[in-house]
Amino acid sequence: MTQNAEIMACEQFQARLPELLGSGKNLDTHPHLRHCPLCRALLADLETIAEAARQLFPVVEPPDDLWLQIESALQKEEASPERDPGSDA
Amino acid sequence: MVVSRLDPESPELPPRRLGEEAVQRPQADPAKPLPADPSDEAELLQRVQSGDHQAFAELYSLQKRRIYSLCMRMVGNVAEAEDLTQETFLQLHRKISTFRGDSAFSTWLHRLAINAVLMQLRKKGLSLISMDEAMEPDPDSGSSRSFGAHDPALIGSIDRMALERAVSELPAGYRLVFILHDVEGYEHPEIAAMLDCSVGNCKSQLHKARLRLRAALRSDSPQESRR
Repeated sequence: MTQNAEIMACEQFQARLPELLGSGKNLDTHPHLRHCPLCRALLADLETIAEAARQLFPVVEPPDDLWLQIESALQKEEASPERDPGSDA
Repeated sequence: MVVSRLDPESPELPPRRLGEEAVQRPQADPAKPLPADPSDEAELLQRVQSGDHQAFAELYSLQKRRIYSLCMRMVGNVAEAEDLTQETFLQLHRKISTFRGDSAFSTWLHRLAINAVLMQLRKKGLSLISMDEAMEPDPDSGSSRSFGAHDPALIGSIDRMALERAVSELPAGYRLVFILHDVEGYEHPEIAAMLDCSVGNCKSQLHKARLRLRAALRSDSPQESRR
């Protein structure tokens, strides 16, 4: 019974987690986390992933011939008066 | 507004939602540095706006890595990233006359690229955000029941390559929100506006993306392999 109650509490907490994390609030003092090592570990994992994300995907060089393709496309566009009407940024 | 944080060359990046460490963005090619003086960039942009083809080529040379890298992150495919980089610079050429300097040029160009990616993904029929999907439990990301006391924690053990691989394997909608928020540093209201969804939906998508990454990384971990 106690275990079921803890599981429910975890599920309720995790259901609210997207909103709690998105709020930017410090969750360290959240009542559920004070007594739930599993959810503390989950939160720590998510923080680790978010922090690691900042180091992902270094800047890479496009192929040299990409400029030639762009230049060619620009010349075609300039030769034609029509522009893409649905291209608003 | 998040002008400076969107510029990988910017030395100042504000704190993020989870964690406080400074972000070390990759630098541009030192052989082709961005104009150190803002007036140099303004002068270059003026030349581009006046139709100077050589100036446009210089601008491409300065910005190509940032834009190509952004496209690569968002679509995870070389051919598509090349197409989207080309489309971004064609859009830039079409629209440069409308740039008035209300925001940083790098921010403006960054948004052009993101819009190009989003348009491409929508053309391919990607349903970026579904409210129903966002609010439902994700069976592939694990739940409180599956997170047992003996599961390995990730703390301090994330391999960058493994995480990049896991990100590339995310469903496109999850990957997009994760890249925009956790890698590019956009806030939820900005992403929600870009993707035309609610902020709550966006938060839910991001959370599910992180849960999937966690599940993928845990299944990759040596401890898990031994079990």
